[in-house]
Amino acid sequence: MDDDNPETETSAAEGAYWRENLRLLFSLMAIWFAVSFGAGILFRDFLDQFSIGGYPLGFWFAQQGAIYIFIALISFYVVRMKQIERKYDLDD
Amino acid sequence: METQTLIYIFVALSFSLYIGIAIWSRAGSTKEFYVAGGGVNPVVNGMATAADWMSAASFISMAGILAFAGYDGSVYLMGWTGGFVMLALLLAPYLRKFGQFTVPDFIGTRYYSKTARVVAVICLIFISFTYIAGQMRGVGIVFSRFLDVEITMGVIIGMGIVFIYAVLGGMKGITYTQVAQYCVLIFAYMVPAFFLSFMITGTPIPQLGLGSEVADGSGLSVLQKLDSVLVELGFTAYTDGSKSMIDVFCITLALMVGTAGLPHVIVRFFTVPKASDARKSAGWALFFIALLYTTAPAVGAFGMLNFVDKVDDTAYSEVDEFFPLWESNGLLAFQDKNGDGVMQYRPGAAFEGKPEYTGETGPSGERLLSNAPNPESANEVYVDRDIMVLANPEIANLPGWVVALMAAGGLAAALSTAAGLLLVISSSVSHDLLKSTFAPNISSKTELLAARIAATAAILVAGYLGIYPPGWVAQVVAFAFGLAAASLFPAIFMGIFFKSMNKEGAIAGMISGLVFTFGYIAYFKFMNPAANNADSWLFGISPEGIGVVGMLINFGIAIAVASVTAKTPVEIRKLVDSIRVPRGAGDAHLH
Repeated sequence: MDDDNPETETSAAEGAYWRENLRLLFSLMAIWFAVSFGAGILFRDFLDQFSIGGYPLGFWFAQQGAIYIFIALISFYVVRMKQIERKYDLDD
Repeated sequence: METQTLIYIFVALSFSLYIGIAIWSRAGSTKEFYVAGGGVNPVVNGMATAADWMSAASFISMAGILAFAGYDGSVYLMGWTGGFVMLALLLAPYLRKFGQFTVPDFIGTRYYSKTARVVAVICLIFISFTYIAGQMRGVGIVFSRFLDVEITMGVIIGMGIVFIYAVLGGMKGITYTQVAQYCVLIFAYMVPAFFLSFMITGTPIPQLGLGSEVADGSGLSVLQKLDSVLVELGFTAYTDGSKSMIDVFCITLALMVGTAGLPHVIVRFFTVPKASDARKSAGWALFFIALLYTTAPAVGAFGMLNFVDKVDDTAYSEVDEFFPLWESNGLLAFQDKNGDGVMQYRPGAAFEGKPEYTGETGPSGERLLSNAPNPESANEVYVDRDIMVLANPEIANLPGWVVALMAAGGLAAALSTAAGLLLVISSSVSHDLLKSTFAPNISSKTELLAARIAATAAILVAGYLGIYPPGWVAQVVAFAFGLAAASLFPAIFMGIFFKSMNKEGAIAGMISGLVFTFGYIAYFKFMNPAANNADSWLFGISPEGIGVVGMLINFGIAIAVASVTAKTPVEIRKLVDSIRVPRGAGDAHLH
């Protein structure tokens, strides 16, 4: 996704920061996709044979679970980005 | 005290609160008018975003949609929350670092082109007016039901209230009234939900109650009981859906990307002090939204159980008083097709169209209808989806003050969204069209005056559309999301993540995404509604989900055009580098 080229000089710290950010983004977006489109839609029928409380599992992901995991993803991102920014001394 | 008296008191109290806040926090500069001065605390901003985001549709209609659609309703739950993950991770912190006033500001500067800015303004106005026309109608309907006035009068009262805090207070006034409105609406939603959950399952927390056993000694969980009750009556099981997988997938994705591309949501992230606060703020917004969105499925399911229990197989002469009450509002109706005086609730429409009463009453005391009965279905009960939230307290015999609280909550939800939309329209007109494109020499005092005039004009247009709704309004509100997904989102996303995206690519992408999506929706909804079925849809994707294809077309065309046209200038590459790092938020770009 990134397209650094020699015309625009970014500092080494900024480049490393951006790559680490992209790696984090990619992992979190993969989880985002897996819990909503994966568990809630594509593999729902398979997951519905298990249950959590009185919820069929796939139905739970679609109507409750995905939302809780979304909140956890953003919270993790907020904390982790702050650490990465401090590491490269780029925080605001 | 009478319920109606309580409603007047609750509504009057909450309105005085909003107006008081608006006067206290009125805007004195363009920066305060557009972005509330840029110093809003991220938790406060999260709350304001939640109120901005949750409209009358979320408050009143969502639980009903879930109740009648079962699993298919999941598209709204996942779609309207998942978009906040995209906002927090992909857009909000970078847009905040960029530090301008509006969405077209970003697009115009990043793509170094007045044309790109004007195209973005057109997309924004298109999306926002589509959305707000439906909102104003919603404001009118909610006012008329609760305050017992005509819809037209309801729209006018709503316009007056929104006028005070949007025109006077700008973004600053709106932010703090939205915080108050969030508190009112979430309290109003949770109280009846706690009661219902406790009455049906013995568990007061609705999110857990939906997964608990019904307290009737049957040993079945709520969802199992609902499945068996509905299947017995001939409906699809609650936990099964009837939409195709590809359609569910595309609608969910279109709603997510659309949420991330809606201008009135994005602009809320311009109001926090720092880029890292924009991330936090998106997290808080999702938390406050999730309180309502995880409760709604429970309210819908409990409401459905209660409704079937109280209505199906009950003699009209013995039904609880909520039925005749909501019959008079046209949300419930009974057509005794087999003449036994007992109501049968089955799949299919009981009769054609919405209830039209003859003014006479039948042998059991029911209001007679002039509608032609539907011979294909044994169903005798007409039920509007909105009943699940509006009448829930009454169906469950909750006290009058809970009903009054619902009224105040519904009005808060409708007003906060309308105000947020009006503000992005007026900012775009005064800032992007006037100040940045056609009259760059005006003073900031004149610009502030222009913003207020534009907000007033937008309220008048929105009010007109609310009073005389063109037929297309109700049909296309949901499509504002598809249009946002296909036009604005890709341009902003590529502006941050693809340094080599140039102005030619972005403009071509936005135009082709918007035109394709609009054309597809217009074809199936207005030009050839008879063909609106799965067989004639492209890849089996309904107009609701087509924004995803529009988005892909936008990306594809933009990348193709950018690869054969001039490279992005060096200063723009530097600008992109600077918005990617959070240090120095605010001075990435000078006003």
